[in-house]
Parts: sequence; structure tokens; C-alpha cells
Amino acid sequence: MEKIIVGLKRVVDYNVRVQVRSDGSGVETAGVKMSINPFDEIALEEALRIKERGEATEVVVVSIGTADAQQQLRTGLAMGADRAILVETDSPPDALTVARVFKAIVDRESADLVILGKQAIDDDNSQTGQMLAAIWDRPQATFASEVRLDGTVATVTREVDSGLETLEIDLPAVITVDLRLNEPRYVKLPDIMKAKKKPLDSIPLAELGIVAAPALGESEFKPPEGRQRGVMVEDVASLVAALKDKGLV
Amino acid sequence: MAKILIVAEHNGAALNSSTAKCVACAAQMDGAEIDIAVFGASVAEIASDAASISGVSRVLTVERAENHPAIAAILAPQIVALAANYSHVFGPSTTFGKDLMPRVAALLGVNQVSDIMSVEGDYRFKRPIYAGNAIVSVEAPADSTVVATVRTASYQAAEGGNSAPVESTTVDFDIPTHTRFVELKAAASDRPDLQSATRVVSGGRALGSEENFELIFKLADKLGAAVGSSRAAVDAGYVPPETQVGQTGQIIAPDLYIAIGISGAIQHITGIKDAGTIVAINKDEEAPIFEVADIGLVGDLFALVPELTDAL
Ligand SMILES: Cc1cc2nc3c(=O)[nH]c(=O)nc-3n(C[C@H](O)[C@H](O)[C@H](O)COP(=O)(O)OP(=O)(O)OC[C@H]3O[C@@H](n4cnc5c(N)ncnc54)[C@H](O)[C@@H]3O)c2cc1C
Ligand SMILES: Nc1ncnc2c1ncn2[C@@H]1O[C@H](COP(=O)(O)O)[C@@H](O)[C@H]1O
Repeated sequence: MEKIIVGLKRVVDYNVRVQVRSDGSGVETAGVKMSINPFDEIALEEALRIKERGEATEVVVVSIGTADAQQQLRTGLAMGADRAILVETDSPPDALTVARVFKAIVDRESADLVILGKQAIDDDNSQTGQMLAAIWDRPQATFASEVRLDGTVATVTREVDSGLETLEIDLPAVITVDLRLNEPRYVKLPDIMKAKKKPLDSIPLAELGIVAAPALGESEFKPPEGRQRGVMVEDVASLVAALKDKGLV
Repeated sequence: MAKILIVAEHNGAALNSSTAKCVACAAQMDGAEIDIAVFGASVAEIASDAASISGVSRVLTVERAENHPAIAAILAPQIVALAANYSHVFGPSTTFGKDLMPRVAALLGVNQVSDIMSVEGDYRFKRPIYAGNAIVSVEAPADSTVVATVRTASYQAAEGGNSAPVESTTVDFDIPTHTRFVELKAAASDRPDLQSATRVVSGGRALGSEENFELIFKLADKLGAAVGSSRAAVDAGYVPPETQVGQTGQIIAPDLYIAIGISGAIQHITGIKDAGTIVAINKDEEAPIFEVADIGLVGDLFALVPELTDAL
């Protein structure tokens, strides 16, 4: 296989407890730590391992977003990606538009495999990979916890509600990854220096000639209705009594 | 008026309760007309179960060998063909629906509304984002089909007692061969499954080993409960992945949830926000799980859990 494309989305770091703006216009992102979406790090790690096994020749990381996403792409290059592409836009694009961007990049690059996260932890959409596979008319293997390659066929184990499902898919294809697929590597300082010399191309979104999808309007952001702290009991007997009280046992 | 098609989830033998939860969601729309589509190899019994869900007008069956086990690339074009007659197409936000519905949405050229938690209008819905730390209202364009997944933990399954007509139909299309089912390794368990269980007992990293997890199983069996876990417990190999509860595991809403040796990370809490009563047992009185627990007990699980199992 020649080329693997990996999506890296810039998102609020998973350790940040996000706050909804008091006027309900959105979630506060100013001054908040941003990182690569954790699933996307796993996607990149998998692509790098495939390349290191000699089963692919190039790994290209792609982000669609503002110029700030260059930071995340540089981290991806430091992890070991060969090249980065930033598709630049000021307004956060919807899932179908992102999928169409990936399709345009796949066509330009003649990619054999696209590896994405199973979901972005900001919008929690879990759509992009499936949408790309649909418009590309190629296989999808979502929520992967194991990927094996044999020439132009991938055997993918998926984490599903009822257990582990295995699919065999013909390349080119889209794989979206779950947390247990691998443990991403740490970036070392010399790699960060080296990454500065690797190519990072910026393409304005408008240049790709993408037909914008009808977006979903978002409004009235609210914090969730919180659960109240309950009572503390002293011992097992009081716990059982409390459960009996509520008619639960 | 909303005309809604719900894609049934089943395992070839029985209908999944997620389907009746989707019906409950769809029924929140005024004057909704609700049909269910059942794809599979041979689905007569499953279809009659679907027809018994109250609020359902009609059940469509689409039977062909390739439709079981479900493969998104094979089902999606068939759903798109049926969608022409509907204003909305819904599926559950289980791994089945999450895999399938975005493929349907993309073929229809629309964005998907993921994880509906409440219906505000025919085209307006509430959904959680940021692991449930924010709720947003989304407005889908009224001039195109609404494709959505339903957050099953937000809904009680619609009741039975109906007997809607069942019609069989076929869809002609080029069946892709690029995706082949190899196997499903399902956990062989006599215990209730996480999604439909009314009681769930979960264990975390504190259990320390696969052997020690027996303590959780014993308590669960005493209660007739399903067994859940934290990501740390799964990563450590104490229990299989399908037991994981949370943002990236299963989102559940049992009447009773008992968290044992689980700290209560935000990603775990996301999975249990809608539980009836949350009980936490943890040796650290500062553990965040106590902030959401209805009943908390501080102490060593290795002493408390056997004692609790005996006391029940
Ligand atoms: C993108 C992302 C997604 C994630 N998704 C999920 C998810 O879906 N589900 C999930 O669970 N996690 C998820 N996590 C992981 C999550 O952040 C936590 O790391 C995880 O939930 C911790 O598991 P734990 O509570 O079992 O372990 P710990 O946090 O280590 O907690 C162990 C607890 O046991 C207590 N304890 C120790 N010994 C005893 C004893 N003898 N008796 C009583 N109590 C004891 C300790 O006080 C502690 O509170 C995710 C993380 C990321 C980054
Ligand atoms: N703006 C983006 N830039 C790069 N990759 C993205 C972007 N949006 C989504 N993705 C990829 O698609 C996956 C699923 O995202 P989502 O469908 O939004 O949950 C992410 O884990 C990324 O791999």
C-alpha cells in the first residue's frame, strides 16, 4: 500500500471540564487547553505502525479547521507522519462537509486507506468516517480494536455492544478507531525539532470546490441537569436499609 | 406532519429493546406516523415483535441472505431507497445505529442529528455534546430528510399490545461485496445485557485482577443484575470491552447502578447520568463518584462487597 491518510481534529483537551457560556451561545474555548482528539492519536499511531511494518510508504495527516490546527498537525509530524495538510476555514465545518473534504483529499492523494477516530470528543458526532466511506462508495470498519493487513485486504475487529465483530474489507477503505487499538507513542524533543522541517501545506477550504452540505443550526447551549449529591451511609446494613426504602431490593 | 421510518436493531433471533426506545422518541412528535423497517435474512418473528410496539403504523420487512448479519454498506442503500417516503429516518445510538445511520445520512446528502435526548419540534432536537457536559438544541433543515440516532438511555421502551400490519418489500441495488462478515465473538453470559438490565453492578480498577472481579459477579448474580466496568478495568484485562460503561462504552439508564472501586471520571459518569439510583462504594471519601451518587459508602470493597452480597 502506498498512502494512508489520518484525520487529526483539534479539540478541547479531554482533561478540561468544559463550561457553557452564560449567554448560551456555546462552550467556552477561550484560554482552554487544546489537543489532538484522543482517538485521532490512536489512528495516527496505527498508521505509523503499519508503515513501520513496511506495509505502507507514506502517512499524511489532515486537519480541517483554523490556522491554529497547525499545532496539532506539527505534533502529528513529530509523532512520525511524513506530511501534513491543513484545510483552512474560519467557521467550524459540519460533519458532511468534513467528509467531503476528506473525499477531495483522498482523490488528490490517491489514498489507499483513511484512518479516523471513532468520534470527536467535542461534538461527539461519530459520523465522519462512515460518511466518507458512503460518498467514496468504499468499505467502512468502525470502532476498530484490531487491524490486520494482508495485501489489499484488511481484517478488522470491531468493538460492538454485543462483543467483538470481525469484518474483512477490501482496500481502499475507511477505518475508525476505538481506544483499545493501541497506546500512542510519546513525542520526544528531537522529533519536535525534526518535525519543523517536514512539509505542512495549507489549502483554503474554498479552493477545494466542495458543495457545502445543509448544516444543522445549533443554539441554546445549556449545562446538563446535574445530579444531586445524595446521602452517605455508615455501613452495609444502612445501605441495604436505604435500598429497601427505595424499593430497589 | 412527520412520517418516521425506524430501522430495527436485532441479532437475527430477537428484536433489540433499542427499537422500542426509538419509537418512544418518534412518538414525541405531534401526529407522528411511525413505520419500522426490519432488514435480515428471515425476520418473520422479529417483525411481529416490532408490530406489537404501540404507536407503530406499519412494519416493512426486507429479507435477503446478505442482510444478515447487518453490514452498513449493504443496508444503507436499501434504507435510502425506502427513505423517499419519509420525512425522518431514525436508528438507535447503539453501535449498530452509530455505524449505519451516518452512512445513510451521507447518501441522502444531509448531516445526521446524533443522540437525540429530547424532541422539541419536528425539526428541533436536544442532544448532548462534550461527553454530556453541554446540551445543545439543533435545528435540522425542514426541506430535507432528517436522519438521526436516538440516545436510548433517554427513553423508556414504548409498550407492546399493538398489532400493526407487516408488509414485505424488496429493494433492487448492486450488492457490494467489498465488506465481508467474518465472525461475532459474543460474550457467553446468562446475565442480563447492559442495555436492558434494570440493575447494573460495575467494578473498576480497584478490583485489581480478573479473579477478584468474581466479587462483582457474585453481587450481580444475587441482584439479578448485569455486570459493567470502567475503562481502567477493561484496559487491565479484568473484563471484556463490551462491559465498559461511559462516553466510549455503553450509555445506560438502569433503575439501580452500583459503582464499586470506580473513581467517577467524567467519561464514566456520562454513561450513567440517567440511572435511577446510583450507589457508590469507594475507599476514598473524596472520590468524584460520590458527587453523583444517591447513596455512598466509604470503605474497603474487599470487606464491604462480600458483606453486602451476604446481606441481600
Ligand atoms: C477519550 C476518553 C474516553 C474515555 N472513556 C471512558 C469510558 O467510556 N468509561 C470509563 O469508565 N472511562 C473512560 N475513560 C477513562 C477515564 O478517564 C478514567 O481513567 C477511568 O474511568 C478510571 O477507571 P477507574 O475509576 O476504574 O480507575 P481509577 O480512576 O484508578 O479509580 C479507582 C478507584 O478505586 C478506589 N479504590 C481503590 N482501592 C479500593 C478498595 N480496596 N476499596 C474501595 N475503593 C478502592 C480508589 O479510591 C479510586 O477512586 C476515558 C478516557 C478518555 C481519555
Ligand atoms: N475538522 C476535522 N479535522 C480533521 N479530522 C476530523 C475533523 N472532524 C472530524 N475528523 C475526523 O473524524 C473523526 C470523527 O469525528 P466526528 O464524526 O465529528 O465525531 C475524528 O476522530 C477525526 O479523525
